[in-house]
Amino acid sequence: MTVPIKLFAIARQRLGRDQVEVTLNDFATAGDLRRALAEQFPALADVLPHIRIAVNSSYAADSTVIPAGAEVALIPPVSGG
Amino acid sequence: MISLTQSPIDPSAILAQVASNGAGAVVLFLGTTREFTKGRQTASLDYECYPQMAEAKLAELEAQAREKWPLVHVSIVHRLGHLELGEASIAIAVSSPHRQAAFEAGKWLIDTIKEDVPIWKQENWADGTSEWVHPGITGS
Repeated sequence: MTVPIKLFAIARQRLGRDQVEVTLNDFATAGDLRRALAEQFPALADVLPHIRIAVNSSYAADSTVIPAGAEVALIPPVSGG
Repeated sequence: MISLTQSPIDPSAILAQVASNGAGAVVLFLGTTREFTKGRQTASLDYECYPQMAEAKLAELEAQAREKWPLVHVSIVHRLGHLELGEASIAIAVSSPHRQAAFEAGKWLIDTIKEDVPIWKQENWADGTSEWVHPGITGS
């Protein structure tokens, strides 16, 4: 499945766009996505370990399966407030 | 009540939202744009968020605060976009029958928002450079 990934702040800045698409196997997990991103986007390599993955607006553990059609986003360490 | 806004924050409007005859205490927290961070001078800030998730998270935190403390009203407003020095980026107002709950809930809300809500700030330094602020990531 092809999953659009929303990007914010440093992730958007590093890749120069606000969304990327990643192809994953069905039943892939957030951890699988993290590995795929590291391979496809070396510019994110140093920040990926600090980035949380959100699936349908909730933080996902690396073991969480990404459902087809889910809204997925990379959440770098937050700095609101 | 949760709000994300591009407009300046009006503290008196937020206080009005949490006013109640059932409250014996109202606590208001404002986060404001600071000029110096570790000796480095800030010219302005820009905030962005993941709107749908930020709203969902803020609503979740309000619900959790209401479970932890007997609150009458809660109002959380976060500013987005460009902020000049001294402007408020966030306002949190809580009302409760007694002051301890209002103080504790207000502190817990701002501390937890800073950990969990997908909002980011970019420092526009006085030297003309800009950088996203990501706690734990150096040289970002």
